[in-house]
Amino acid sequence: MTENGVVLGAREIFKSFGHVEALRGASFEVRGGEVVALVGDNGAGKSTLIKILSGTLHPDAGEIRFEGRPVSIGSPTVARGMGLETVYQDLALAPELDPAANLFLGRELVRPFPLSLFGFLDKPAMRRSAAEAFSKLGVRIPSVTAPVANLSGGQLQGVAVGRAVNWASKVLFMDEPTAALGVVQAQHVLDLVRSVRDSGISVVFISHNLPQVFEVADRIEVLRLGRRVARFRASEATMDDVVAAMTGSVEQVEGTENGQGPG
Amino acid sequence: MSDLEQAAATQGAPPAEARRLPRSVRWLLEAQTAWIFVVLLGMIGVFAILKPAEFATVDNFRNMAVDASSLLVIAVGMTFVIITGGIDLSVGAVLVFASIVAGKAMEAQGGNGYGTVLLGLAVALVAGLGWGLLNGIVITRSRVTPLIVTLGTLGMAEGAGLLITDVNIRSVPLKLTDSIGIGRLWGQIPYLVLIAALVTVVAAIALALTRFGRYTYAVGSNAEAARRVGVKTEQHLIKVYAISGMLSGLAGFLSLARFSTTTIGGHSTDNLQAIAAVVIGGTSLFGGIGTIVGSVVGVFIPVVLQNGFIILSVQPYWQEVAVGAVLIAAVYLDQLKRRARAQG
Repeated sequence: MTENGVVLGAREIFKSFGHVEALRGASFEVRGGEVVALVGDNGAGKSTLIKILSGTLHPDAGEIRFEGRPVSIGSPTVARGMGLETVYQDLALAPELDPAANLFLGRELVRPFPLSLFGFLDKPAMRRSAAEAFSKLGVRIPSVTAPVANLSGGQLQGVAVGRAVNWASKVLFMDEPTAALGVVQAQHVLDLVRSVRDSGISVVFISHNLPQVFEVADRIEVLRLGRRVARFRASEATMDDVVAAMTGSVEQVEGTENGQGPG
Repeated sequence: MSDLEQAAATQGAPPAEARRLPRSVRWLLEAQTAWIFVVLLGMIGVFAILKPAEFATVDNFRNMAVDASSLLVIAVGMTFVIITGGIDLSVGAVLVFASIVAGKAMEAQGGNGYGTVLLGLAVALVAGLGWGLLNGIVITRSRVTPLIVTLGTLGMAEGAGLLITDVNIRSVPLKLTDSIGIGRLWGQIPYLVLIAALVTVVAAIALALTRFGRYTYAVGSNAEAARRVGVKTEQHLIKVYAISGMLSGLAGFLSLARFSTTTIGGHSTDNLQAIAAVVIGGTSLFGGIGTIVGSVVGVFIPVVLQNGFIILSVQPYWQEVAVGAVLIAAVYLDQLKRRARAQG
């Protein structure tokens, strides 16, 4: 790893959609084995930034460094190859497919040669491995062979998170992972976030819910109007500090940012 | 028990073992295909009881199988298309176009050997493949709905065929008619049926057991999700429409072999018949759900009805009335299932 243990860093990222400037020189850093929350008001550019870091969008300008080297994340496939996985807000599950098929979608296991030539699926192996992956994470689903459309909201979230965690080796992006969940289920997603971090994978946690952010995050980075305006250690900041940064009543000076904590 | 498991437990989800019914029972409850298969068996049973001497004979079943063969080949391709959430209205027109160019090619080649027959087959397949590729490429590039694009190519293929000839070609090599058209393997199994069955089995295996099949379901179920995990969804759609086109070309060749003439006017409702068969067989017009076995049953229901009605001296047009009603019922059931799921 590199300076300050930064696994993935974005510097001075610009991105416009027509006349709308979504990102105006945004920077962001993910360090090894941490949960970093990315917060900001609606339209601050959180989703755009995450889409750029996960290969869905391409920046107009700016630099992305992965493990110290400048990289270009040209597609989600490239991002996944680097060990970066995303849990999308809409979960991106195929409702008619079962949990095992969803977990392995795009990475299907095939039977050995010569059946592999025709792409014959090794369904038993995928089922076994999916059942293992879900139970290791404590994701309880009624069956790995019934369509996920039959699952409850919490179980769907479990499948989507389980899939991403199963393949992530460096960074897991979670876009509003608790937005659609009840209190109990949200709590368990937070537990899951912590256990992913404890296994050595960094988590980028995007949320509007500041109590949840403070509960789970090690660091907090604040975006406002397409730029990073503040960074905090969660243990040293208050919710008022974060809200002040989000709304623009206080702004940290970029350049002093290498010191952690406010100011 | 981990935390998330406890969450599920407090939500009242029973342990996995308690909820799991035997697979066969779940299948019966869930699968429209199973019910429609029972309906088909019931129809066969009724006709067999009413007219055992005429209906329940090997010859009659063989006739029904031959009647179904070319529609079955089209319906197999249509099943893939509909599972992706699309539709292919051009199949009948492509069939006619393929049979015209194949007929012309064999006419030009002359001769009466297997070489001429193989040339005709190759031309029919390539012609079908060409229209299918055109469908797939235009649908994925232009993002115009498949309904409109294939309606357009329906007109184009029909017009292009009639530009080549607007009278039926009758000089089809005898070899073709004798072998594929009316020939039988071991004197029992018509080659037309054998070819249709082979296509069906290969397609059923590809759909159920291979990555190609898995992606077909995934594209129909949630194309955006498939794209995000790296599935080349547009390429896949092009392949699916290409297969549908190529199978229509094959059906054109089979029709040429069977009737020993192009049947220009006879295929204007093939597309609707194929779609009806596929949907009756349990494939969802919304995509993501469907089986080849279901489509086989869906193809045979109108064939058996028509055959039975003729034997019973009932006006055979009742078949169309009945199939229309069954089609509406099938789509209604599909929507009910989806609504129940959305609420549950």
